[in-house]
Amino acid sequence: MKRKMKEKMKIIDGVMYDENGDAVFTKECKKDYTLLVPTMLPIHFALLKSMIEEFGYKVEVLDYRGSEVIQTGLKYVHNDTCYPATLVIGELLEAVFSGKYDTHKIALVISQTGGGCRASNYLFLLKKALKKAGYGYIPVLSFNFSGLKTQPGFRFSIPEFYDLAKCLFYGDLLMLLKNQCEPYEEEKGETERLVNFWIDKLSKEFKNKKFRKYKHIKSNYPLIIDSFAKIKRSDEVKPKVGIVGEIFVKYSPLGNNNLEKFLVKEGAEVYVPGLLDFMLYSVYNNVIDFDLYGMKKLTAKVSNLIYKFLLKKEEDIIDAVKSEGTFMPPTLFSETLKFREGYISEGVKMGEGWLLTAEMVELINKGINNIICTQPFGCLPNHIAGKGVMKQIREKNPNANIIAIDYDASASKINQENRIKLMLSNAKENL
Amino acid sequence: MEQKKSIFNSGIYLGVDVGSTTIKLALFKDNELIYKTYQRHLSMIKSKVLGELKKIEPLIGDESFHLAFSGSSGLGVANEIGVPFVQEVFATSELVKAVEKDTNVVIELGGEDAKVIFFDHGTDERMNGTCAGGTGAFIDQMATLMNVTNEELDELSLKSEKIYPIASRCGVFAKTDIQPLLNQGARKEDISASIYQAIVNQTIAGLAQGRKIEGKVMFLGGPLTFCKGLRKQFVETLELSPENAIFPEYAPISVAVGAAIYSSKIKETFNVHDLISKVKSLDTKKKVTKTLDPLFESQDEYDEFLKRHSKATVEEIPISEYSGDAYLGIDCGSTTTKLVLISDSNQIIYSYYNSNNGNPVEIIKSELEKIYTLIEGRIVIRGSVVTGYGEELIKKAFKIDAGLVETLAHYTAAKHFNPNVDYILDIGGQDIKCFKIRKNAIDSINLNEACSSGCGSFIETFAKSLGKDIKEFAKLGLFASNPVDLGSRCTVFMNSSVKQAQKDGAEIGDISAGLSISVVKNAIYKVIREASASALGKNIVVQGGTFLNDAVLRAFEKELGYNVIRPVISGLMGAYGSALYAKTLKLEKSNLISREDLEKFTHTSKMVKCNGCGNHCNLTINLFNDGERYISGNQCEKGESLGAEHADVIQLPNLFKYKQEKFKKLFDTEVDENKKTIGLPMSLGMYDLAPFWKTLFEELGFNVVFSGFSTKKIYQKGQYTIPSDTVCYPAKVMHGHIFELLDKNVDIIFYPCLTYNVDEKNGDNHYNCPVVAYYSELLASNLDELKKVDFLYPYLNINSEKELSKELVKIFAKYRKIDAKSMKNAINIAKIAYERWKFDIKQEGKKALEFAKNNDRYALILAGRPYHIDPEINHGIDKLATRLGFVVLSEDSVDDIELATNLGVLNQWTFHARMYNAAKFASKNKDVELVQLVSFGCGIDAITTDEVRSIMESEGKLYTQIKIDEITNLGAVKIRLRSLKGVLDEKKNERENEDN
Repeated sequence: MKRKMKEKMKIIDGVMYDENGDAVFTKECKKDYTLLVPTMLPIHFALLKSMIEEFGYKVEVLDYRGSEVIQTGLKYVHNDTCYPATLVIGELLEAVFSGKYDTHKIALVISQTGGGCRASNYLFLLKKALKKAGYGYIPVLSFNFSGLKTQPGFRFSIPEFYDLAKCLFYGDLLMLLKNQCEPYEEEKGETERLVNFWIDKLSKEFKNKKFRKYKHIKSNYPLIIDSFAKIKRSDEVKPKVGIVGEIFVKYSPLGNNNLEKFLVKEGAEVYVPGLLDFMLYSVYNNVIDFDLYGMKKLTAKVSNLIYKFLLKKEEDIIDAVKSEGTFMPPTLFSETLKFREGYISEGVKMGEGWLLTAEMVELINKGINNIICTQPFGCLPNHIAGKGVMKQIREKNPNANIIAIDYDASASKINQENRIKLMLSNAKENL
Repeated sequence: MEQKKSIFNSGIYLGVDVGSTTIKLALFKDNELIYKTYQRHLSMIKSKVLGELKKIEPLIGDESFHLAFSGSSGLGVANEIGVPFVQEVFATSELVKAVEKDTNVVIELGGEDAKVIFFDHGTDERMNGTCAGGTGAFIDQMATLMNVTNEELDELSLKSEKIYPIASRCGVFAKTDIQPLLNQGARKEDISASIYQAIVNQTIAGLAQGRKIEGKVMFLGGPLTFCKGLRKQFVETLELSPENAIFPEYAPISVAVGAAIYSSKIKETFNVHDLISKVKSLDTKKKVTKTLDPLFESQDEYDEFLKRHSKATVEEIPISEYSGDAYLGIDCGSTTTKLVLISDSNQIIYSYYNSNNGNPVEIIKSELEKIYTLIEGRIVIRGSVVTGYGEELIKKAFKIDAGLVETLAHYTAAKHFNPNVDYILDIGGQDIKCFKIRKNAIDSINLNEACSSGCGSFIETFAKSLGKDIKEFAKLGLFASNPVDLGSRCTVFMNSSVKQAQKDGAEIGDISAGLSISVVKNAIYKVIREASASALGKNIVVQGGTFLNDAVLRAFEKELGYNVIRPVISGLMGAYGSALYAKTLKLEKSNLISREDLEKFTHTSKMVKCNGCGNHCNLTINLFNDGERYISGNQCEKGESLGAEHADVIQLPNLFKYKQEKFKKLFDTEVDENKKTIGLPMSLGMYDLAPFWKTLFEELGFNVVFSGFSTKKIYQKGQYTIPSDTVCYPAKVMHGHIFELLDKNVDIIFYPCLTYNVDEKNGDNHYNCPVVAYYSELLASNLDELKKVDFLYPYLNINSEKELSKELVKIFAKYRKIDAKSMKNAINIAKIAYERWKFDIKQEGKKALEFAKNNDRYALILAGRPYHIDPEINHGIDKLATRLGFVVLSEDSVDDIELATNLGVLNQWTFHARMYNAAKFASKNKDVELVQLVSFGCGIDAITTDEVRSIMESEGKLYTQIKIDEITNLGAVKIRLRSLKGVLDEKKNERENEDN
């Protein structure tokens, strides 16, 4: 089988192409290629970059903003495709066009969720766009946990995957603490400085394999939490606003017009469920596939093991936050998943699926009644798991103050902000 | 304002509401409203606010007062001058709580926002989403379209006799529905009322979203104050008793009053003189963030541009100096009527270009009268040809010799300017058309989709709303130094972007230039779908009324990076092409209506409902004085045969019809009183698995009842329970199907959740799309009525007999005990029925192909999803195609011939894999064509359309896509199919010539 693949490969101008004419990222490429990664979560991605570099890659996390990204995206991606595809591909192409890189020595990384949502096709849209722009020789790398085809030079071992997951542990913790400190900090900018300090310190630690051991990581949690607890904060009462929704626009400042910053500026505290939840959700769905449809028994068994393993790790974070006592801890995923009961089946697994519903209910149960549900305009799964369940959530939780915001290349910021302001007015009144 | 006596303490309170189009003020002094205003601000926000403050300066004097701003455009001002701001919906609820405590619901329509506030069980406020423009600005647009004032529109609406269905999602959609009605001669009274009804429906569907509007309802905002007809229709639709429908006198300024009330809760006070100087010092210039390069840097550059374009010209001679033969071309477009008379040597001797004012027949009549007077026997009209939306009506009315597809008309004209033309882009009032020319034939055609249409007339409407005429507005844009970046989606989005730009202080010129650039980007990136200009061609001719606007033309050239040809008669190209074509007819004598007959000519129209079939189309019957009539609005041959002309239409094989007949038989079930009844809603995935479920449940001893094909009525039944207004139409009608089943008194309703669809081994995976897979979850959440029955939506593995049986045994145990063995048995029987059903369709497909081959017909695959078979979803496109002479196939009738491999996408949805296979088949056969049907809002089709296109184009075949939604207008579809046919005929001729 493997040999057959090799036979179909062709080498043109030093670039290897597979049978579909896609540029191949060989093991040799690893040495001198730079991987360009679009941003999503600034903290997490900074950590991931440091870690992947330890694996021997050169990585650059992009931070393009502004209308050029959107314009380029619109030019090269079908305009009815979801907004995240427009942005991510727009950002990558901007980098390719920028002249900053030797285009023969870069590869583009794009995440692929897998599953029935159209997001599993982003990779293909990027390939099409590159070919359209005349850069078909740039390899495209899929970053996914779903076993979708990856490039030969971009495969991670299980310990490496685990190391990547550790970045998410740190990332989720830092994000949680940042969100709870920043709105109250007395010295402006202190929180952000502390976040950067930790990103820097942890990145340096990654260089030493010993410090990548979980035991060490766990021992870092109290130090991190303490340092944030020491930030001088006012005791002002501010409305808490939870952000849920489609993963990209939920997290990415580029995707949601700097939503977190806007909310903080408007006098709110932001709560965003962590990325680990989404990972657990993705893993858990394989278990459900077996429960509901009797499919892929082996995958389900392995997934169940991974699930339990990761769950324990999440619990460690929660315990650390709890034992320090200053901050509101995240909810354990096994609790989160119960919140969907009575609203939506766990069978809804495309996009954010039932997790989106569960997170909204979880927030309300945490006392965070103000919720912004973000989605790209026309997002298919969110018709069901987002807007589709709101009536029920409101009926069962009369205090719920939920608003759905659509993000799109041409949706105007003023419309979005106007609706958010409405939600905030209610939030402040209910304070 | 009696009641408000108790609201305020003594003192002065000012509420200022600056919305998207109007500014409202309410000033209270010692509980009395001492000043109020409601007026359009024409985007000059700063100066309007300043003017108003100056007006009230003497009323307030040196006293300190409370103040709050509100409204979407008020936010920016409030931030700048540092005064309190209150979100407008919040302001409204402040007002209601203070004034009319027992109100249950408030409906407030503003310039561009629509809001519904529920007060029971905690305040629940809803605002329209980003894709829902139809409100005050929508009424303005529609009035402009019909060439009446808003007041006249209102008057007209009160005299209506009937309501037409008009798409209610957004203004652009509605426009696409209204324009053909105007062209077909429907009564303005009825259209006016229908426009209002569209707003009512949109408010109910888009905002109430499942929550019923009942109890005491208060109506607020400008449109609901000034439009009596709109008020009437709201009250009627919501079935409100007079005491429950409240139209307060302060309705238009309600938000301002609410803001004033809000201000009373804030300690901070202001001084009016200080405020005035603060507003004065506002620097409105520097804030706009997204700006683009200016269109022209200097007057010289503009002059050079003008000089260059003036070269592309047609000779014109005064009609009085000509004698001899002449040829008439008429282009009856969607918003304008164009008419050209040419001489024997192609000079223009007479031309006309104007808005058709909603009545093209009258305009053409008077133009023909003029022409007959001018030709004075010196000139003989030897041929006449009509093209455009109104083609059929005009042809019939004035006995025009021939009709011509628009695309060919334009190509004929463009060739006159540049014989080597290889690309034509036409942006008209409502349509964007582009076509590529290869080897002297139209090679591919792109037309804009319903969603992005209206761009040309959008600029005009927008100009008018700012109090400028289009020429003046365009001029302002030419030298604007910082054009605003307004995005390139639909016009509704542009409206909001304009609002944003206004907030940021953009000048009118910058907005004008920005709009022009947006129209151009929309054409290139959304309609043409090209990333680079060089792909278009070397010899580009642009035309259409919109290109008369120099700003648009310049924006296009700048975006392309090189120059194009705009014929001086850019707006007349369709008519000129028709006239040229008339010449090629080489007629002895034109059949055109004579001068004498023209004098006697009268035209009346009336509406009837066709009872030919279940569709009950609304027909417009146009009657002419000589007893001729023209019927429009029908979706099938039956209605048209009222005109007797089409009675001899040959029945061509039509797989859509065949499948519909099969479904009709399937729907015909018997009900045994002693058995429980299961209802199956007919939409989405049920169109594929219906034969399976029916057989299965009947085997298990249940009655099976179907909701049947969709109708508008069914849709409307469930419309108010739709929570997401951007979901596809097939999903939306699902709500109505549930109600239909409830009306049939079923015990159980069944629509399973199938993450994985039937595995047909065609692709990388076999998913359903999220909407097809999980729509039941949404229905269960949003339809309280479903609690009355057992709504079953189990998660099933349709591919595993074992798993399926296990789950079904569990679920149905409640009704009767079925052992695993008999369940498996039933499943097997059902499976056979399903396979047989599919096989039969494929067999019929082969027969149809055979027929096409033997009878020298084109076979046309209408490739969509199974649910596109529903006549309400496809709007009778299949019948239109057979009428044009195509043999019609469905994607699932020919998906077993070729296997599409090595695709550029992840081929992971069962229904879509069928389409790829069908496309592969069509691409490899010269007499098989494919048109892809796409439902608006189908996100997955953003991926499939590009892929199907590349499958077709890789073999040099034409790709045509038709986007469908609730719109019933087939006009644009007709153009597409006719153009396709025209191109095919031409290619065929060419092949035959080569063979000879």
